[in-house]
Amino acid sequence: MALDLELTHSLRSFVAAVELSVGDGATFALVGPSGAGKTTVLRTISGLLAPDAGRIAVAGETWLDTGRHIDLPPERRRVGYLFQEYALFPHLDVIGNVRFGAASDVDVRALLERFRIAHLAGARVDALSGGERQRVALARALARDPAVLLLDEPLAALDTHTRAAVRSELREVLAGLRIPTVLVTHDFEDAAALADEVGVIVDGRILQVDTPAGLVAAPASPFVASFTGATLLHGTAAPGRDGLTEVSLDAGLTAWSTDPGEGRVALGIYPWEVSIAREMPADTAVNHVRAPIVSLVELGNRVRLRVGPLAAEVTAGSASRLGLREGEVVVASFKATAARLLPL
Amino acid sequence: MPPGELVSALQSDVAKDALVVTFETNLIALALILLLGTPTAYWAATRRSRLRDLVVTLIELPLVLPPAVAGIGLLAAFGRLGLLGGTLDALGIDVAFNKVAVVLAVTFVASPFYVRTAVSAFEALDPTLPAAARTLGAGPGGVFFRVALPLAAGGLGAGAALAFARGLGEFGATIMFAGSLQGVTQTLSLAIYEQFDLDFDVALAISAVLVATSAATLLSVKLVTRWRSTSSSPIPSVASSPLSS
Repeated sequence: MALDLELTHSLRSFVAAVELSVGDGATFALVGPSGAGKTTVLRTISGLLAPDAGRIAVAGETWLDTGRHIDLPPERRRVGYLFQEYALFPHLDVIGNVRFGAASDVDVRALLERFRIAHLAGARVDALSGGERQRVALARALARDPAVLLLDEPLAALDTHTRAAVRSELREVLAGLRIPTVLVTHDFEDAAALADEVGVIVDGRILQVDTPAGLVAAPASPFVASFTGATLLHGTAAPGRDGLTEVSLDAGLTAWSTDPGEGRVALGIYPWEVSIAREMPADTAVNHVRAPIVSLVELGNRVRLRVGPLAAEVTAGSASRLGLREGEVVVASFKATAARLLPL
Repeated sequence: MPPGELVSALQSDVAKDALVVTFETNLIALALILLLGTPTAYWAATRRSRLRDLVVTLIELPLVLPPAVAGIGLLAAFGRLGLLGGTLDALGIDVAFNKVAVVLAVTFVASPFYVRTAVSAFEALDPTLPAAARTLGAGPGGVFFRVALPLAAGGLGAGAALAFARGLGEFGATIMFAGSLQGVTQTLSLAIYEQFDLDFDVALAISAVLVATSAATLLSVKLVTRWRSTSSSPIPSVASSPLSS
């Protein structure tokens, strides 16, 4: 393993205890709400923060071992750190920034070319757009020839317009790296797009680690389900007909799930597993909710609806074919296999 | 008084000697203030501790001390019978009533103007910039010289100008600690005081020089501040720095 980390650190209202391993060329995303301890992990890896206890080894070299009183200062750890607001030096031009920590054998000009910022070499950094600033910051971090790359909310400083473009750029850059990358974000979609493995962190603890698809397929807790985009409905579960579990929802409805469960549960349903029809369909779905459309938002080629307590995502084509509009009564359906039961 | 007479009044030996003494001692004092004050200010700006508060209070003390008290304090510390007098004597350094005394008095009185402005200039730096520099391989010294110093340069320049302007007019501590010997310790302010009774025209001419120099210094601070603030470097406003003396 190229990066191995173990740390314990007291924060204001909880103790962060994190353990993770990231292989060469792999990207690990720590996802969680703000204040969950994500940045603490990055600052510890970079040496900007000395944790209460911990151990960090990168490429076989020990950077931190509180037990053996090893704690290399940041300048002796080969990290590439992309700060949230990029932290470009305002007194230096673009090439001055990239050159700041460049390893002697790195061709800075070639790096500028690779990041398509060669034409900006002499530009002041405050004259750059958000996307350009990110490319400069990334080039600067990689010029150091780091053994590990740390990305702190790499897309948060961008407006929604440039975000998607920068995200796919970043994805390409990460795919070409042979070092481990640790990425921190509060946005599961960003994590899913950029990372091979995602750890959901809350109050300093990693609740679950899996591939993005694995997290969605089998969230281990209501928090993970809701964080990855599921709608949560609370209710009481009991064994029901056909070997299914019957859930009496607090909202007054009854739903069936293939997951086993008993007692208080949260029922998690992902919006893309909910289908919409005008009339009660004769299909394989066993769960149906007939309710008016509360809201309808277009997101590019998709439409996101709220029908009663459910969120649904359908293609823009289907929505216009059905002529869906706010206020109209429709039937939202999902299969028992899509109804995930999470004990409370 | 016509400008011709003003110029000829400045040709007097008293005025010429005072000009030389003043600029010589003030430039040395400014160099001392920059060399000692800059690291101190950086240290104070990057620490949060009781010791830091104590040091800053000590540095600011001359701002509120009556000049006469400052003079007595310098005599008590560096005078022949003072705390450090014996040590300095043993080193062959005679302090009282010579140029060294003037430099000490000016440094003592003017340094807070620089250090306070410098502390706020360093404190205004975005803390992620030094952090970024560390992750890019710069040690603490590298962070200071390659990031903090260039980014705070505008504020430091403003502080240096204020300290210089304050030092030029220094009177109370100097006359008590260094005396008023023409060509040795008599600065422009001291010369004005002496010539006030002897030759009023000379006093007036020297005053005009001081007014012009001070105005030029303050004006240059404003210009530097404006020029720097159009760039992105953080600059503490000059108005917030201590102007009482």
